[in-house]
Amino acid sequence: MKHMTEEELIAYREGVAEQRAVISEHLAACKECRAELQRIEAVLAALDTLPVPDPGVDYGRQVWKQIAPRLAEKPGRWWQAWLEPRRLAAAGAVLALVVGAFLVGRISTKHDLGNNAASKEQVRERILVVAVGEHLGHSERMLVELSNAAPSGPKQKEVNISAEQQRAEDLLQENRLYRQTALQEGDAGLASVLDELERVLLDVAHSPEEVTPAQLEAIQKKIEARGILFKVRVVNKELQQRQEASEPTPSQNKTAKGERNKV
Amino acid sequence: MNRMQQNVDSTQAIAESDAIAVERTLAGDRDAYRVLVERHSHNVFRLAYRMTGNRHDAEEVVQEAFLRGYQKLGQFAARSNFGTWVYRIAANYAIDRMRQRQKEDARREVPRTEDQDGMENDPLSRVKDEAPTPERLTQSIELRKQMERALAALSEAERTAFVMRHWEGCGIEEIAAVLKSSSNATKNTVFRAVQKLRQALQPFVETRAQARAMGTEL
Repeated sequence: MKHMTEEELIAYREGVAEQRAVISEHLAACKECRAELQRIEAVLAALDTLPVPDPGVDYGRQVWKQIAPRLAEKPGRWWQAWLEPRRLAAAGAVLALVVGAFLVGRISTKHDLGNNAASKEQVRERILVVAVGEHLGHSERMLVELSNAAPSGPKQKEVNISAEQQRAEDLLQENRLYRQTALQEGDAGLASVLDELERVLLDVAHSPEEVTPAQLEAIQKKIEARGILFKVRVVNKELQQRQEASEPTPSQNKTAKGERNKV
Repeated sequence: MNRMQQNVDSTQAIAESDAIAVERTLAGDRDAYRVLVERHSHNVFRLAYRMTGNRHDAEEVVQEAFLRGYQKLGQFAARSNFGTWVYRIAANYAIDRMRQRQKEDARREVPRTEDQDGMENDPLSRVKDEAPTPERLTQSIELRKQMERALAALSEAERTAFVMRHWEGCGIEEIAAVLKSSSNATKNTVFRAVQKLRQALQPFVETRAQARAMGTEL
């Protein structure tokens, strides 16, 4: 008797076999193929035990809350989404990056053709440095305030963190754009820290507006455990130093990126 | 009929059909899109989580999918199933996110720490059993780690094909559209995914089965 191939059995198990009836008939008569199919099913059954976290009954509402401010009045006009204030601010920084790089690229062509590529890269990076530095400063202040928040007395049952939550939501949108820009610019270290910051911002943005002291402590511990404040400070300080340096050499930039990768 | 009852009826009428909600959204009723978001968010999250493997990326995928869905809703008019459509958008964005994540991870010197959500959602923490044996815990944890590694080792196309077919029950044509591939190539991708998972996991699954038979695991 010719046995079924692994491919045929997997296709049968996943419901994509072309000759399903033929395979069924064969399985009914062939003990070996049945055993083989059971081994495949055991692996798939084990995979089925992998959990998917429950995002909560209110998840749909949370998603709506997150995206509603970013929706245009009427759908279908993709450019309208870019006219909302939050996106405009962040997109403005990215646009400035591109325009700045273009202009200085042209100027540098006249002065120094040999260093053209290096100059463009430096200017692009300098603009990114200023915008991201400001963003990191805002993020740091919000996280410090949240880390220092405490109930006013032992009897206070809930602490209102809605202001920090709102700021985290705003910062989240900017953070995504800066992270993507950093990646495009090949600054993996900065992108990595921004990615970690994004996780913390997401946690804060998804927290309830009013939290119990225990919940607040849990949020503060999460911030502390990830060491994000330290990383943000280190990167921000480094960005400030780079901003202050009037003529950074390519080798200095390279060293700085390398240092950040170690954070 | 009082006003409150009218509102309830109105909400129910929107909930009855995605098609109606889409039409209303296109006509300028932005709140009608809320119905679609609230109705499909959980399903899209499940797909996104299984594809990306972490909650952080999954939530980003869900938001982007609904944002892009809204922006492209005009193109949806001829289609019949909003759920399938937004699913496809989410799957496409999840593939982009997985690629981006791989690049980010490859560039990092320090490996990414395990997502805290992963720990929070550890199946072991949900087990109500009062006295799990150490052997059982060890084997379950090891098997889970192996499963996550095996899934992470699949290519984006393999993972997408496996998640959409095995866990989400999507049709081959639907998966092929996401992968921008032919039906036959998609079937092959499903096969390769299962074959790789099997090769990586069968020894662990058999060890656990043997332990069960010997009574060291419940």
